[in-house]
Amino acid sequence: MATKTPEQINDDLLRPLSGISGRYALSAALLAGVAVAAFCAFFYQAYTGLGVSGLRWPVFWGFYITNFVFWIGLSHAGTLISAILRLSNATWRRPVTRCAEVITVFALSIGAMFPIIHLGRPWLAFWLFPYPSERRIWPNIHSPLLWDFFAINTYLIASVTFLLLPIIPDMALVRDRAAGLRKKIYRALALGWTGTPKQWHRLETAMHVMAIVVIPVAVSVHSIVSWDFAMAPVPMWHSTIFAPYFVCGAIFSGIAALLLAMALLRKFLHLEEYLLPIHFENLGKLLLVMSVLWFYFIFAERLTTWYGNSVGEMPVFWATQHGSYAPLFWTMMFCNFLIPVPILAIRKLRSITGTAIASFTIVIGMWLERFLIIVPSLSHKYLTYSWGTYRPTWVEITITAGTFSGLALLYMIFSKVVPIISIWELKVGLRQVPHSARIIVEPKEVGAD
Amino acid sequence: MPIPPAIYGLFPDPDSAERGMNALNRAGISPRRIVVMSAEPFDGYSFTQMDERTPMPWLAPMGGLVGGILGFLLARLTQEAYPYPLITGGMPLLAAWPTGIITYECTMLGAVLATVATLLISTKLPNWKPKLYDPEVSHGKILIGVLDPSDAARPEIENRLRGAGAEKVKIIGVSPAS
Repeated sequence: MATKTPEQINDDLLRPLSGISGRYALSAALLAGVAVAAFCAFFYQAYTGLGVSGLRWPVFWGFYITNFVFWIGLSHAGTLISAILRLSNATWRRPVTRCAEVITVFALSIGAMFPIIHLGRPWLAFWLFPYPSERRIWPNIHSPLLWDFFAINTYLIASVTFLLLPIIPDMALVRDRAAGLRKKIYRALALGWTGTPKQWHRLETAMHVMAIVVIPVAVSVHSIVSWDFAMAPVPMWHSTIFAPYFVCGAIFSGIAALLLAMALLRKFLHLEEYLLPIHFENLGKLLLVMSVLWFYFIFAERLTTWYGNSVGEMPVFWATQHGSYAPLFWTMMFCNFLIPVPILAIRKLRSITGTAIASFTIVIGMWLERFLIIVPSLSHKYLTYSWGTYRPTWVEITITAGTFSGLALLYMIFSKVVPIISIWELKVGLRQVPHSARIIVEPKEVGAD
Repeated sequence: MPIPPAIYGLFPDPDSAERGMNALNRAGISPRRIVVMSAEPFDGYSFTQMDERTPMPWLAPMGGLVGGILGFLLARLTQEAYPYPLITGGMPLLAAWPTGIITYECTMLGAVLATVATLLISTKLPNWKPKLYDPEVSHGKILIGVLDPSDAARPEIENRLRGAGAEKVKIIGVSPAS
């Protein structure tokens, strides 16, 4: 990549925007099919009632809330990681940030849908909005669900902004190369960007300010999601460790999702010269740290519970250790720690394939972790008369599968409309490589260093 | 609105653009009439060191302050609004911790919105009106030019831009007869 001229970079990164291959169309159709099935399942549930789901007393939080926590956690892939890398001025971040920020926006949007799906009567979702109404009922500020409303919306607005602002110059780039209707669309999306020093300076300042603001917002979002549980006197929920434990898990699953997305983009959009092994190597190291940190949190939580030997909490504890939830628990341990740590710790294995495999197992493991936080506790409350089981129905499974397909489909569409790597930021990064390697952007006739 | 008359050069790299900028400065062209455009930011070059002062780092916290106050008022007033106050059994009506969470989130939202608003207003975006621009900028060229040059100064500007290394010099908005 170091020998690429700006024009070659434009060509390479704008190529995915032109034309649709048969393989792309087929993949999109398959994903759209699953997403449509999920929509049908959702409308069936809305029409028939929440009874078509597996939610029964005492387990009223099942797949939907698991998905809610999982997707909100996954959304930490982008904006948070991108903001940290921006502020730490990590130059290797440049091809990675947009891939990551896109995951945030889509995962957050999907995650935010689940409380509405879970309502059973989704048309009453607006009751959560804080506005005066003739019902004379204001939302209860003391409810963690309302905190979710504020936190998720703030994070979504910040993330969308954080994603869209650096896209404007790239839209101008596409505008100048497009023709016909595409030119008109990209002209509108470029907002009249011309690239004056004032515009560049304001954009860079705005991105810096946004990076500072978005980090505490991201941390607050998953803390607040954890407080949905920690505020309730349910066994193994009412814990002070939950907020940092959730934030750690969110970043963990977020990095895994990012690595997986990068590996797929690299292969299918032929970005081998831009998403380099060093990016997977660096993010793989970060993933290793998060895996160990995640294990530390789960160990601390489990040890404290076991040592406390509380009558209310031990049934939940044993149900996950060697009871009915044990297979899921130990699968989670394998997926989140025992498989990825050796892969990520041994340098030879920390390849693109290795990090992708580790990331895949972590995404599965983190979904199981969310499930295991929610369902065993609700099915083993303090009094044995309230013990029960939970079994998801085809409606919940279809909706869950549909959201995974939906994210993949949205990502595919996005990568056909917007350069998935920030072109201008990449060029800036290339100019900042060490002096000995500055052979890149200056055309040959002027003379390279 | 028509595009204003202008003369500009397209430079292949930042070093020649820097020379072009210096040449225009030496010719006594007012900095307000000099226009620069590029496909990427070039920090550290004099041709980008214009319009650098911005109140954005101050306006963002101010926006946060306004957002925080509005969030606090929202949280407080909703708890005290008609048909409230609620009967809380002796518990405080205005709970500090939940109010703090709403205030915090609204503070951050205020800072984000203030930042975006400052960016859009100060850069006058969106603006789809016709204006001076050359699509070659997005091919990596750096545009340095002068808006509304006088007839007498035009040949000298053209010579200076070419002398500095401009690959092309273009004149727009001026009839060939003038």
